Amino acid sequence: MIGAAYMLANTMVPEVHAPVAETMGLTAKAESAPAPVPMVYALGRPATPEEVAAWDIDVRPDGHGLPDGSGDVWTGEELYIDNCAVCHGDFGEAIGRWPVLAGGQGSLTDDRPVKTIGSYWPYLSTVYDYVNRAMPFGNAQSLSDDEVYAITAYLLYLNDLVDDDFVLDQESFAAFEMPNQPAFYMDDRADTEYALFTGEPCMTNCAETVQITARAAVVDVTPEDEAAREARAAAHEAEEAVVEVAAVAAEPAAVEAEPVAVTEPAAAGPDLIAAGEKVFKKCAACHQVGDGARNRSGPALNNILGHPAGAVDGFRYSSVFQDMQAAGLVWTEDELAAFLTAPKTYAAGTKMSFRGLSDEEDLTAVIAYLGSFAE
Amino acid sequence: GSDPAITEIQPWMQELGEGVDARPYGTPSRFEAHVKRRNVEWLTADPVSSVNFTPLHEMEGIITPNGLCFERHHAGIADVDPSVHRLMINGLVDRELVFTMEDLARFPRHNRVYFLECAANSGMEWRGAQLNGCQFTHGMIHNVMYTGVMLRDVLNAAGVQTAGKWILPEGADASGMTRSIPMEKALDDCMIATHMNGERLRPEQGYPVRLVVPGWEGNMWVKWLRRIEVGDQPWHHREETSKYTDLLADGQARRFTWAMDAKSVITNPSPQAPLTHGPGPTVLTGVAWSGRGTIPRVDVTLDGGKNWHQARMDGPSLDKSMHRFYFDFEWDGKPLLLQSRAHDSTGYVQPTKNQLRAVRGENSIYHNNGIQTWHVDARGEAENVEIG
Repeated sequence: MIGAAYMLANTMVPEVHAPVAETMGLTAKAESAPAPVPMVYALGRPATPEEVAAWDIDVRPDGHGLPDGSGDVWTGEELYIDNCAVCHGDFGEAIGRWPVLAGGQGSLTDDRPVKTIGSYWPYLSTVYDYVNRAMPFGNAQSLSDDEVYAITAYLLYLNDLVDDDFVLDQESFAAFEMPNQPAFYMDDRADTEYALFTGEPCMTNCAETVQITARAAVVDVTPEDEAAREARAAAHEAEEAVVEVAAVAAEPAAVEAEPVAVTEPAAAGPDLIAAGEKVFKKCAACHQVGDGARNRSGPALNNILGHPAGAVDGFRYSSVFQDMQAAGLVWTEDELAAFLTAPKTYAAGTKMSFRGLSDEEDLTAVIAYLGSFAE
Repeated sequence: GSDPAITEIQPWMQELGEGVDARPYGTPSRFEAHVKRRNVEWLTADPVSSVNFTPLHEMEGIITPNGLCFERHHAGIADVDPSVHRLMINGLVDRELVFTMEDLARFPRHNRVYFLECAANSGMEWRGAQLNGCQFTHGMIHNVMYTGVMLRDVLNAAGVQTAGKWILPEGADASGMTRSIPMEKALDDCMIATHMNGERLRPEQGYPVRLVVPGWEGNMWVKWLRRIEVGDQPWHHREETSKYTDLLADGQARRFTWAMDAKSVITNPSPQAPLTHGPGPTVLTGVAWSGRGTIPRVDVTLDGGKNWHQARMDGPSLDKSMHRFYFDFEWDGKPLLLQSRAHDSTGYVQPTKNQLRAVRGENSIYHNNGIQTWHVDARGEAENVEIG
């Protein structure tokens, strides 16, 4: 729209403060040059209050943005076990390489500091904001305000920062200070480093002797090139093929056992399957199912019902699952229900850290949902 | 004897190749299949919240091809439909506004080449030489030409109020990525980009719109940008408190360490790109960059820093962009200890890793711009080492 560009006298552009600009590495502006008057392009449309409210969920250290609501430690514990423990562990100690949430106090000067909410995070508002916007992983923004308050309260409790009768709301939030807050300060590289790392360096005869003090080959953690890996795998394949043929010949029954129970879930109604899809969100941080599903922290789950346990291609199973596969266990609805009710009891030593589904309806639904991905 | 590559007729000399309808969106030669982004499985819990690395040792010049730009996602690649994607400006502005992608395309457009480096690039090397290859030690960087609109033009359309000193860009992905950025930077050179290297942003780089924050750490370049809030103070969100703060040896931590200091690396030879030709004329090359300006000079040593030589800078020298350097020398077939040292236009000289450790300790994860050493043995094989 030529001609629609207009200038507003009251549109202020904050000035660049030279000292601040320099520490931030901004281009210094010539002081004598008059500040350019900004062109204002009349584009876009006004946002409605409902639209702003829908997206503007951020919370600041001063409590700006915190909604009404409250949550206590014990409600938080239940929610945490159901929604968070699968990755972060029952006590915030973390499963695998998922973030550790609790402990580590006093470790920040150690060789291996443990940076957690309690030991490192400067502001409580960050916990509320992040849980609210991004958690549970793979099912973001599914928690109510009260639930986020409760989980935040429980995370403080896990870090020994509050007692078990603590209730988090706007009032208790305002009175709360995180212990490590004073340890943070503004980037000071311009003052502490830049002078050290400036000036003409030595170019000739700068050292008498030079010795190697550390070598990456000794650490040996670099991923191998795939071509190299495939070449080696091909060399091994011949041997393994011989072993496999022998195993199949000895135990043909194990492979053919029980192709059962696929008819019933296939007949499951669309409502049940839809309900199961919702329950599956608890699993989705680690498992994929459907078109293009791939192995993640857990195996891809297409075609799992009625098929042998521990047999998804390319997934590295725990030994308990390897044993189950060797024993010829097949995932019938009953077996799957038993496993998902109490994973760690059913398969002691499983890598799956999920606490289990206590609600029978959820169980039936999620199994129906998985059954809908049969070939 | 004679070379059969010459004396024998090759299939492509005799037979017809594919027609112009075979490759409507072209891909590299099948003989270049090894040129790809790679990830390090043990680094993170899951590939949906992880990083992969640009194969710097396979590249030339200063522009990174779009398909090789390293990726960092916090909740996977958002599959955003541009027809329902919106950009909202809210907070301390005179008019809270919503833009469609068509609206954004009506602001004046600009073209700029910038590097984007993750603050954690080389972060695995603080405690000593660990990963064998510049792809893994330095590959969390890419350098492309962005086309987009100036952030200041978009902010001015909403009318920033005098109290508005900070912005909070937010992504539309399931991590809802947010960072606080001071208004001075927002109004200086930040862009809202729609294109990279002439084509639409790739989904893994924030399609349909991402923020460009020249010279500053990559985490701030919010992808799938859907909202910018204007406020009077920073938000201290997860990615600027629990992450992207630099823990020092005394247990204190620097926050808001936005600028990426000058850095360089020799890309060839390097562990994934050994010298295979034996003694004689050799091309050593690498890349250098600074978040605070240009790179007028890079020094190179072949003997672990006893003697240094000025490398030959070649190609465009642009502000906050990657630079290419070469050192053409006669290899005598003896082992080499290779290093490069960047000088930026502020006079800053890239420090050694030990100089950095003396100031910061070994726990800061981020902003490791120390000098990299490759040991090349008599066979031409290279290894990531440290020297003293």
